[in-house]
Amino acid sequence: MAVIPVERKPLTLAERTYIPQIVHGLKTTFRHLVAPNVTLEYPEQRPEIPGGYRGVPTLVRDPNGREKCVSCQLCEFVCPPKAIRITPGEIAADSAQAHVERAPQAFDIDMLRCIYCGLCQEVCPEEAIWLQTQYSMTGYTREEMVNHKDRLYELGGTLPDAHLKWDKKKAAEDAAAHGGHH
Amino acid sequence: MILAAAPASPADAWLERAPVLLRDALTGWLPDALRPWVAALLSIATILGVFGLLFAYMTLAERKILGRIQNRPGPNRTGPFGLLQPFADAIKALTKEDIVPRAADQVLHFLAPVVLVALSLIGLAVIPFGRNLVAVEMEASVLYFFAAGAATELAIFMAGWASRNKYSLLAAMRALAQLISYEVPLLLSVVPVIVVAGSLSTTDIVAAQGGWAAGLWPHWHALTPWGFSAFAVFMVAALAESNRSPFDLPEAESELIAGHLTEYSGFKYALFFMAEYLGMAALSAMAVTLFLGGWQAPLAVLEFIPSYAWFGVKLLLLLLGFIWIRATFPRLRIDQLTRLSWKFLVPLALVNLINGGVWAATADWTGAAAVVRWFISALGVVVPFIFLARSLSAGYGPRTYRYASP
Repeated sequence: MAVIPVERKPLTLAERTYIPQIVHGLKTTFRHLVAPNVTLEYPEQRPEIPGGYRGVPTLVRDPNGREKCVSCQLCEFVCPPKAIRITPGEIAADSAQAHVERAPQAFDIDMLRCIYCGLCQEVCPEEAIWLQTQYSMTGYTREEMVNHKDRLYELGGTLPDAHLKWDKKKAAEDAAAHGGHH
Repeated sequence: MILAAAPASPADAWLERAPVLLRDALTGWLPDALRPWVAALLSIATILGVFGLLFAYMTLAERKILGRIQNRPGPNRTGPFGLLQPFADAIKALTKEDIVPRAADQVLHFLAPVVLVALSLIGLAVIPFGRNLVAVEMEASVLYFFAAGAATELAIFMAGWASRNKYSLLAAMRALAQLISYEVPLLLSVVPVIVVAGSLSTTDIVAAQGGWAAGLWPHWHALTPWGFSAFAVFMVAALAESNRSPFDLPEAESELIAGHLTEYSGFKYALFFMAEYLGMAALSAMAVTLFLGGWQAPLAVLEFIPSYAWFGVKLLLLLLGFIWIRATFPRLRIDQLTRLSWKFLVPLALVNLINGGVWAATADWTGAAAVVRWFISALGVVVPFIFLARSLSAGYGPRTYRYASP
């Protein structure tokens, strides 16, 4: 139906000898021969990670060194490949973190299952799990590829967060204990 | 008081004679009967050593240059600038398991790489690498060289046949079609050189290219119209003969896995690789000898540089050209490949044969007649080239493209 004849201009004599095209090709490759490299020397030079990058999921602490995770298990439930396994735990009454609701007893992320989708970060009400900039995970065994709780905190570090929810809760509890209220 | 005079001719310079002096020093103490044999062994060892190293560093140079053309650094981990890479590759090839298919013809499968390397090497015997540096002086050395080169086709077919693999066999058939097609223009482009030089001996052909017109323009064959045409045809045919891109159809990865190399691994594979580079080096060395004045210096004032250095420089430039071409041009289709040979290069070389004959017949024209002679020769190159180039694309002219109707 829709026949569109495409105009093709006839080749000139020079073009028919192929020589200009051959020379042009050689010129192009020569230009690249003297152009600077565009590659990185990988293990020594690392690429700059752009913001919003979804790397290995990690757990973070707040500036007072408290675990932000309260083991609500939302991430465990939302995780599409079921890579996260959380064992919730209570916080001992004499602990410095006693005013925090709960904390995970064990927190395992199986990096062989993880698909780096970032849903755990999105769903976390405490902003405790973050996909940060680490992009390479290697190991010799399946066990090595499971990130346990201590490893997750080591990778995650501290979130410089000014909103110290547990400090406020503790202050309120202390005020109540000293009879500030009836 | 007589001061030591400067060397009367460049042939007497110490550096020029150094290889010969070294050979004489090494063989001088031997009885006369043994001397030629030991000298021959020394030449073999030198050729093997020099061209073995050249092969090793050609692979590195190729990877480096291809890398740079693709805007990456190329191998740079093994030693400074990756200079030890060829040796790492050699160790890898030697320690790899050598797998022979159970259905393969065991003897032929083993023989093919050996025969190929041997045949690629023997051509180097007749190349004059310097003023006095030719391993074998022969009357018909050009003939010998191309006979040895043509025999490599047999080894490639041996490899393809013995592997008992459909890809290997198909590739070997292709290789035969390609190599025989390009053997014709390769040889035809050499004939005018032999006509003009009047000799089949490589030493005489190099000697015939000595001297300079007006003290500036070397008498190299590539610098005459007929010689330039023959040189171009020779180099295109040499590219095809050494299975290099853009004529690497016998090992076209996307179509034939690795062609006749499919069933080879470990050191045998390395031998094939070596044969490819040695063949390329041998053909380039022949091109230097026939067209680029062999070991002759480009200018009289540059003759203090020894002849073998000039030969090496020219050889390396040609080899770098091979790499550059490989990095630039896409592979031809098999029908384009054979058409280029039979419909373009062969007629061009045949016309050039007459052109070379006219050049030889008018050798005594001087003064204004020399200009006429150049003009005739140039005409004899340009006119057939344009007509053949037009005919090559005949029937492939402007096409009407139509989109498929819905």
